[in-house]
Amino acid sequence: MKILNIVENAYRATLEEQDDTVLWLSRALKGAGADLSVVLRGNAVNYAVPQACPELKLGTAAIKHPARPHEDLAKLRAKGANVYVVQEDLEDSGIGTERCVADAIPISRARLVDLLMEHDQVWHW
Amino acid sequence: MANHTLTLAIMDAPYEAAASTTAFRIIESALRKGVNVNVFAYEGAVSLTMKDQAPHANPVKGTSVEEEEHPTTKDLVAALIALGQASPKLTWVNCGLCVDERGAGHWIDGVKRGGPADFFKMASESGNTLVIPTR
Amino acid sequence: MAGEHYVFIESRDPFDSADTGFVSDTAAALRQRGAPVTVFFVQNGVLTTRAAARGSQIPRLTAAGVTVLADDFSLRERGIDAREMARGVRATPIDALVDLITEPGTKAIWH
Repeated sequence: MKILNIVENAYRATLEEQDDTVLWLSRALKGAGADLSVVLRGNAVNYAVPQACPELKLGTAAIKHPARPHEDLAKLRAKGANVYVVQEDLEDSGIGTERCVADAIPISRARLVDLLMEHDQVWHW
Repeated sequence: MANHTLTLAIMDAPYEAAASTTAFRIIESALRKGVNVNVFAYEGAVSLTMKDQAPHANPVKGTSVEEEEHPTTKDLVAALIALGQASPKLTWVNCGLCVDERGAGHWIDGVKRGGPADFFKMASESGNTLVIPTR
Repeated sequence: MAGEHYVFIESRDPFDSADTGFVSDTAAALRQRGAPVTVFFVQNGVLTTRAAARGSQIPRLTAAGVTVLADDFSLRERGIDAREMARGVRATPIDALVDLITEPGTKAIWH
């Protein structure tokens, strides 16, 4: 069963969770043996940009290890997952592909349709 | 011919999104049609089954608890579990790590603890899987 | 893959999401490739089923040969009468969605 995980909704609770929970789940599914690919679309294309969220201190509590989504993409690649980022959504976001990590392969929206057809399950998160 | 098992992944916390009720309606319909259903409750959805949920009166409407007749989400899930006791079967799995960080571990009967590997297994053994994301 | 049916469940309306074009773009593209496609509007997604609703993707979907369904419960919840609905939209119970997504060879995609 080939699974396509589409990630669209970025920075949702990534500080509280210290993870993007869909990228996290994708890594866990890969670890469980899933044949899985990930597509970043919408504002989630920003995950392909190298970023370093500062620590957040609230009184005596601190979020010391915020999510580092671009590194999660590398970890997915290391596990053998294909990671794609929608080119037109990058352009709409004003992000040049030269700003993006090499782990995310730019694809067109037309190619995304191909991917829908090439996978058995399409999970849009 | 319909596939005999449907897996759903849901994410929304109680009382926050319309998708929770839609998911319940899909589950109920599938069970009524004789389809087994697996639910992987991820993130906020693990709180749907919290046993300590309690109905309340509504001072804005001027209604008592009895007059409100307001089932909590755990009541709705319990009703679905009752529909899916045997055949068809409803299997409800709460993501354990999500439960831990939310303190949602005191849940109603018929719910199991699990994780992504369980979701993958359920999806692999189902005719189809529907992911209902949160926003 | 031959014989596959794509079922999109559209829960969003243009006021709460700028991304409502994704379903119609993708559905139309799949139809061009010969795939059968259904879009099932649910929750606030049904707000665009009014014929007079601006920004509705329904005319584009029906022109592309997509089957367009709307959850009758969501419609009633929002007071949308059959007489005000766009042509080509069929109000159906949630059972119809379950029938679709439990058919072999169907891909179910929630938006």
